[in-house]
Amino acid sequence: MSLDKATVTQIAHLARIEVEDAQLETMVGELNNILSWIEQLNEVDTDGVAPLASVTGHALPLRADAVGDGAYPDRVLANAPDRAMDFYSVPKVVE
Amino acid sequence: MSDLLSLDLAAARDALANKEVSSTELTDAYLQAMEASANLNCYVTTTADKARAMAGEADARLASGNALPLDGIPLGIKDLFCTQGVLTTAGSHILDGFKPEYESTVTGNLWRDGAVMLGKLNMDEFAMGSANVTSYYGPVESPWKRKDGGNARLVPGGSSGGSASAVAARLAVAATGTDTGGSIRQPGSFCGIVGMKPTYGRCSRWGVVAFASSLDQAGPLTRTVRDAAIMLKSMAGHDPKDSTSADLAVPDFEAALTGNVRGMRIGIPKEYRIDGMPGEIETLWTRGIEMMRDAGAEIVDISLPHTKYALPTYYIIAPAEASSNLARYDGVRYGLRVEGDTLDEMYAKTRGEGFGPEVKRRVMIGTYVLSAGYYDAYYLKAQRVRALIKRDFDQAFESVDTILTPTAPSDAFAIGENDDDPIKMYLNDVFTVPASLTGLPGISVPVGLSDRGLPLGLQLIGKLFDEESVFRAAGALETAAGFTARPTGGQ
Repeated sequence: MSLDKATVTQIAHLARIEVEDAQLETMVGELNNILSWIEQLNEVDTDGVAPLASVTGHALPLRADAVGDGAYPDRVLANAPDRAMDFYSVPKVVE
Repeated sequence: MSDLLSLDLAAARDALANKEVSSTELTDAYLQAMEASANLNCYVTTTADKARAMAGEADARLASGNALPLDGIPLGIKDLFCTQGVLTTAGSHILDGFKPEYESTVTGNLWRDGAVMLGKLNMDEFAMGSANVTSYYGPVESPWKRKDGGNARLVPGGSSGGSASAVAARLAVAATGTDTGGSIRQPGSFCGIVGMKPTYGRCSRWGVVAFASSLDQAGPLTRTVRDAAIMLKSMAGHDPKDSTSADLAVPDFEAALTGNVRGMRIGIPKEYRIDGMPGEIETLWTRGIEMMRDAGAEIVDISLPHTKYALPTYYIIAPAEASSNLARYDGVRYGLRVEGDTLDEMYAKTRGEGFGPEVKRRVMIGTYVLSAGYYDAYYLKAQRVRALIKRDFDQAFESVDTILTPTAPSDAFAIGENDDDPIKMYLNDVFTVPASLTGLPGISVPVGLSDRGLPLGLQLIGKLFDEESVFRAAGALETAAGFTARPTGGQ
C-alpha cells in the first residue's frame, strides 16, 4: 500500500509536526520507500507466534503507590519557556 | 610522563594510583587537546571548570589513599545523558537551553566512582543515525583519513559519533555511548576502538533521553577491551528508578579477561554472509574465525534464519517507540518553543522547527504504524517477528557460548555519502540490530584495516547477562588481532 499526500498530511497532524508544502512531496516519497521496504515482513509466517515485548523475561517490579519525591516547583519549572507562578503557561485553550 | 594522552584507562588508573601523574595534569592535557582538535566537532559542550574541580577532588582522594575505582579519569559523556546543571541537547534544536535539574543514573555512577567530566559529546539527533550527520550541532568528523592521500572528511559512524571520534582522537580517555540498533558498536568499528553494548537492563536508562525504550542501552566506548570492562563495571547496576533495570549483581568484568578461550564454543551464523558484502569484510571475518580457533576456541557453524528480517522489524519498532517518547517535546516544559495562536499550532510549529528531517521521518513512520487500523499489520507483526529472531538466538545458544560476526558491512564513508536515501543509511546496522532486538550483549573489537586504510571491527554477541564470556572472547580476539594503527588526525 502506498501513502498519498493527504494521508501524509494527516499523519503530520497526528504527530503535531508542521510540514511545509514544499517538503511534503519529498516526504511522501521517502515514507513510501521505507514502508514498502518494511513490507517484506509479510513473507514471514508468524501464525501462532506471540508478540515479544520483554527481551529479558523479567517481570516488572511493583512498588508502594506512595509519594517518594517532589515539593520543589522551582526545580520542576526551571526549564519552562514560559511560566506563571507555579504553572507552565500556554496559549489560551478555552474561550 | 611524556605523553599523557597515550595512557588508556587502565594505564591512567595505574599512573594516578602510583602518583606518576595527577588528575589535574591529565585533565588539563585533555582540555588542551580538545581545543586543538575542535575541528572534529566532537564536543557540543566543554565543561572545563567542572572538570578541573572534579580533578582537584580526585587528587585529594588519591593523595589521602582513599582512591575510588575511576578516580581522576577524564571522560566524555554522550549528550544523551542528562547532567545536572549542564546543557543537555540530544543533538537536537528542540532541547535548546535545556539544563537538567537531575543527573542520569549512569553518569551519577561514574562520578560516584571518581571520574571527571570533560564535556558533552556530539551525536546524531535523538540518537537517530549511523554517521553522526543528523546533529543540529553539525556533523562529527573522524580523525581517520583514507590512505589514498585525499582529504575526504570521513564520518565516525553513529549515533555515538562524538564519543567514538573523541576516544580515537584522544580527546577523552574513554566515553559513554548509547546503543539502540548499533550506535555504540558501529562507530566503534568505524573509529578503530572498542564499543560495548551490554545486555538490555544492565545499565539504568533513568536520565538518558529516550529514543526507543525497549532497545536503548548505555555502554562504554574505549581504547581496549580491558578499559570497557572497567568502565562498564562502574556504569552498570540495578536502579529502582528504571523498572526494566535488572536486579542482578554486577560481576567483576575485568576478572573475566583471563585470555583463555580454550573450549569456548563460538558460533558463526551463515546468514550474516549477505549479498553485496565487500570481500574485505568477508576476509576480515575469516581471519577473526582463524584467530579464535588458534586461541583454542571451538568454531561452530550456526543458523539464525530470520536475520534478514531484523532490520525492517527494527524500523517498525524503533520509530513506533520514538514517536511515543518524543511526544513530550511540545514547547511547554523545556527547550524550544515556537509561538502559535493556538496550543495545537504552538505544538506543530515547535516540533516542525525543532526536529530535523530524520527525526521527523521516524516520528511520522512511528505515528503511522501505531495509528488505528495499522497497529496489527505493522507493530504487532514486527513484535511477532522479533519473537522469531529471539527464538533463533535461543536455539543457537544451546550449542554455542558466543557468536562472532562483522560489526558493520563497510568501513567509514565520507560525510555526505549515503545521504540521498534513508534506507541506504539504515543498512549500516544490518549486523548490529539483531542483538539490539533481542537485548543481547555485543561488543565491537578493532581487528584490521580496510583496503582504504580504515579500521574494521568484528562483533561478539553473548547470552543475556553473560557479558563475561563476551569480554573473555573479545580480550582474546584483541590480543590475536594486535590492532595498533592510529589515525592521522586528532592528537
